[in-house]
Amino acid sequence: MNEITQKLLKLVSNWDGMFQGAYNIREDGGCAGRQSSANVHISSKTDVPGLDIRILPGTAGETVSIPACVTHGDIDDLVYNDFYVGENADITIVAGCGVHTENGEPARHNGIHRFFLERGAKVKYIEKHVGTGNGDGIRSIDPVTEIHLAENAVMEMDTSQIGGVDRSTRTTNATLAAGARLVIRERLLTDGEETADTQFQVELNGQDSAADIVSRSVAKGASKQSYTSTIIGNAPCSGHSECDAIIDGSAIVDAAPKLCAHNADAALIHEAAIGKIAGEQILKLRTLGLTEEEAEAKIIEGFLS
Amino acid sequence: MLKLEHISWGVPDGREILRDLSLEVPDGKLVVITGPNGSGKTTLARVIAGIEQPSAGRIFLDGRDITNLDITQRAKAGVSFAFQQPVRFKGITVRQLVETAAGNQLTEKQLCDILGKVGICARDYLDREVNATLSGGEMKRIEIATVLARHTRLTVFDEPEAGIDLWSFKNLIGVFQKLHTDLKGTMIIISHQERILRIADEIIMLANGSIQDRGPADVMLGKVLSAGGVSAACCRGEELFCE
Repeated sequence: MNEITQKLLKLVSNWDGMFQGAYNIREDGGCAGRQSSANVHISSKTDVPGLDIRILPGTAGETVSIPACVTHGDIDDLVYNDFYVGENADITIVAGCGVHTENGEPARHNGIHRFFLERGAKVKYIEKHVGTGNGDGIRSIDPVTEIHLAENAVMEMDTSQIGGVDRSTRTTNATLAAGARLVIRERLLTDGEETADTQFQVELNGQDSAADIVSRSVAKGASKQSYTSTIIGNAPCSGHSECDAIIDGSAIVDAAPKLCAHNADAALIHEAAIGKIAGEQILKLRTLGLTEEEAEAKIIEGFLS
Repeated sequence: MLKLEHISWGVPDGREILRDLSLEVPDGKLVVITGPNGSGKTTLARVIAGIEQPSAGRIFLDGRDITNLDITQRAKAGVSFAFQQPVRFKGITVRQLVETAAGNQLTEKQLCDILGKVGICARDYLDREVNATLSGGEMKRIEIATVLARHTRLTVFDEPEAGIDLWSFKNLIGVFQKLHTDLKGTMIIISHQERILRIADEIIMLANGSIQDRGPADVMLGKVLSAGGVSAACCRGEELFCE
């Protein structure tokens, strides 16, 4: 793999010169390294670009790393990765993406990830997105995540865009069977002319299924963000959606949380708050010895942590 | 020692909130500033902390003129300020806030020592966010802990009793009594509460932006009570000055 890929891997994944456990490194649309383990089998798809990742039932304590890097402009990478997680497996999946361009040409990665969790399976899914490079080329990342949780399956999704991505559209759709639980934590930072569009749709189809979606974002400069979440309760279930945004400069944030209760015992809640950093927060940190700039940075760092 | 010389501060419409106020607070003393609403207590506290700049007068800390220092510089010069309404932060944990106050990373034991002084078990709180899930009493204790973590020469508490329940208030008195015993610098508390006045070395009574009277607590307490026009019904909660 090239040097840029190595730098991007450090930003978006748990790579420290090597990966522990099963992995596949995608570099500019090709494979720069792959390893399966006894319990995690990674194979190439035959019909479209991408991978089938099969995790055996009962697998516990393993981490699977599936990072993707675009290291120069004039690349439009599209990949379909499917994760099949067996019954009662308990696993961590890291799937970061870094996009780099210097030559003025656009660079884009579009990862379509589908998760099929069988009964009782548990997944912690971590995805970090970052753009790097100084050129004028547009850096785009458009992840699509599709989640299907069988009975009592649990998925925790920790997704973040930590800067430098000019355009992103993040789409996440999920269906939950009885007793399944989905927790999503999104963190998003945009600056300059960047735009980020987030769309969540969760269908709670089974009794006692539950979803908790919390998005925290910071929009600086002249950036634009939009957030849409829809939780549909088709059974006795519980759903919570929260969107908090800090806005600065001439940035724009639109937030539209939507709840659809299609069952009288669906307990659904949404919250949304958009505003500047509170002056009292800056004052408090300044009384502790921080400058105004340090206080702002501390507040944003904490908010997005 | 804190020394204020001829401090004035006014609102844009010209109304003066502090009028030619001069004051000296020696090292090792706990001074409680009291007075009716609108007398200028909180403004005085904010002027000392650098949150407000006086329109006239000078402020000295240990002989150094700190009048023109901004909030950050004032904090670095050794002034701590505990807000009347503690500020909540989404995403910042108790550990991070106390470490920010201390200016460096702290061991679990150091954090336990600081939080223990305000009656909080660190293990239960360190990784909690300083957000709306904490009660008013918990927030007040954490606010005081951030001030204690700084070990500064001068600490100003603005109405620490505000917004907390009676149970938390009783514990708060214990915290201040302990602080007073261990006091190395100077402590100023803005307060309406008789029980806080009772632990002071000196009580200063403000009225209309000026010092109306000052003296040792045992001498001043009676004067303050009578000057406040306290009624029995009004004072059941130990509030000295009626709204």
